[in-house]
Amino acid sequence: MNKAEYILRKPFVKTLIAIVLGFLVAGIILVIAGYPPIESLKALFDGVFSSSKHLSNVIIKSTPLIMIGIGVAFAFKTGLFNIGAEGQFIIGCAAAVVVGIECDFHPVIQIPLVLLAGAVAGGLYGGFIGLLKARFGIHEVLTSIMMNWIALYFSNWVCNLDRYHKPDTLGTYTVNKSGYTKVLSEWKMTSEGKETLLESEFLTNTLLKTDVNIGIIVAIILAAIVSFLLFRTAKGYELRAVGFNKFAAEFAGINVNKNILHSMLISGAICGLAAALYITGNSPHSIATLSAFENYGFNGLSVCLIAASSPIGCIFAGLLFGGLIYGGQSMQYAVGAPSELINIVIGIIVFFVALTHVIPILFAKFSKGGKKHDK
Amino acid sequence: MISNITLFIGIMLMYSTPLVFAALGGVITERAGVTNLGIEGMMSLGAFVGAAAAYSTGNPWIGFAAAGLVGGVVAFFHAFASITCRADQTISGIAINMIGPGLALFLCRLMYDGATMTHPITNKIPKIFGSTLKGALGNLNVDVTVVIALIFAILIWFLLYKTKWGLHIRAVGEHPAAADTMGINVFRTRYVCTVASGVLAGFGGGAMTLAIISQFNPTAISGQGFIALAAVIFGKWTPHGAYGACLLFGGAQALTVILGGGAFAIPSEILAMLPYVLTIVILILFVGRSAAPKASGVPYEKGAR
Repeated sequence: MNKAEYILRKPFVKTLIAIVLGFLVAGIILVIAGYPPIESLKALFDGVFSSSKHLSNVIIKSTPLIMIGIGVAFAFKTGLFNIGAEGQFIIGCAAAVVVGIECDFHPVIQIPLVLLAGAVAGGLYGGFIGLLKARFGIHEVLTSIMMNWIALYFSNWVCNLDRYHKPDTLGTYTVNKSGYTKVLSEWKMTSEGKETLLESEFLTNTLLKTDVNIGIIVAIILAAIVSFLLFRTAKGYELRAVGFNKFAAEFAGINVNKNILHSMLISGAICGLAAALYITGNSPHSIATLSAFENYGFNGLSVCLIAASSPIGCIFAGLLFGGLIYGGQSMQYAVGAPSELINIVIGIIVFFVALTHVIPILFAKFSKGGKKHDK
Repeated sequence: MISNITLFIGIMLMYSTPLVFAALGGVITERAGVTNLGIEGMMSLGAFVGAAAAYSTGNPWIGFAAAGLVGGVVAFFHAFASITCRADQTISGIAINMIGPGLALFLCRLMYDGATMTHPITNKIPKIFGSTLKGALGNLNVDVTVVIALIFAILIWFLLYKTKWGLHIRAVGEHPAAADTMGINVFRTRYVCTVASGVLAGFGGGAMTLAIISQFNPTAISGQGFIALAAVIFGKWTPHGAYGACLLFGGAQALTVILGGGAFAIPSEILAMLPYVLTIVILILFVGRSAAPKASGVPYEKGAR
């Protein structure tokens, strides 16, 4: 194996190639559709990098995707395909809204309480899927799909209860302010806070104009904790062993069913926590009647796949995903290219991620030429 | 009462038909050892292309054929990735689920001045008894696609269990290496089955926009592909099982429609959960452990142990 081949085998490089190829195909599609490709992509990048406000928004938009990506990755390590992340996120949102409206304590109690509500709801919801798999052997993809729809209608039901429904809107009341996880949410609305923030352009653009919240910090800490749990503890070893080969794991004395259940519980809890942070950190701090899935869960799945199920990788994949979605709006605004292009780009990146393992093989084939026994 | 029963059957058949097409596709490809998670994406593109072609030609059958064709083309990419390149089939499927609806809406905006829905088609797919039948029996006057779906189900059952090709397909899905030693072309069998599943998924999308809602819009296909996928597992990877699962699903949907229209004091959202809750309950009580075809989702590599 020569050096170039060695570099091409690195996961990071593979993903990078997939991303470049994704943009290349996007450019081709733009040309065929009759839009200027360079200008469109420039508009996309400007939409992300041209101001600190955009950057701040990208981070905020990416936070739930990163966390759901980590959640899905966790289940993946145990060999479980948590396509139910969508439902766990929706249930987490509903639980956070209900607890956030019903309770009104000091933020020190209120914030952990609301976050816990989301995590517990998501965890139980995911755990149920794990239970059905462990106890009755029912395929997790099957139950996940059903549970997603149940979550959607349950959320709509909560949304339309008189107790929570805000009259003349499609949504609920907002959660109590004590539960907000926005940075300095109260202070920045006072005249004193506004004056202080307006003195600095950076702070005006970030703190004042966007919903800066603690989510991203939680996401990063979470990625570290999950990495540690999976790769540095006995429990993580068990979970991964079940994922690698459940028969071998069972033979080694690992309780497979218990680990399936735990894996889904934790995966669901992470998705639920993402939901609670999303509700408490972003306007409008409420849920609305859903007519279709908002695709947080499915997008989180893609994040996890782009990151090759690495919890740390999910941070970057999530930022990429969030950046593309946010920048896509600017692109539509600037050159008129439909923002659906972004979904195609992400899809193609994911598609090439599935294919990238072929690249080093192809490279080796071509660089070797006819010599078969070259080392 | 009679009219309620016929209404139930009519709605059940209407709801289940797009699912039947897609689920049959899922059965075929999984039996050959390729997981097709991208049904949703293929259905979306089929739904759009079908509606657009039917609108510009005025003929719903051309639309239906176009829907199948585009589904097949997308499936070819999935086949290339998962069979030739031995890529992770789950990832490829998820990618198609992102690209499919994205591309459908992208093309829709390009072709219809930025609108996210096509113009309504003038000629829908006809009903089996023409357009004159009314009353209780009129509820049973279903779209021709309902019958086509049933014929497909029978054909695929026959193909899989009563013909040599069917045996080949099942052998390839259970133990490709053994099939290979018997002289069955594993790659070709898998290619054909995967592309066929795309064609069927495309038909499913077309059946939605050409027979039921008569135009494409962003929510035309919202989750049906996943439900079809569930039906495949529910039906234990058999065509008749999948057909039954789709009927059950359509039936539960019909029940919610009929109950929703009555004087029952159940909130509509709770009623809407019924099909999904029912599915889980039936799974727990009657179906139980599900075992996929052994080689499903595993790329075949000659000489691998």
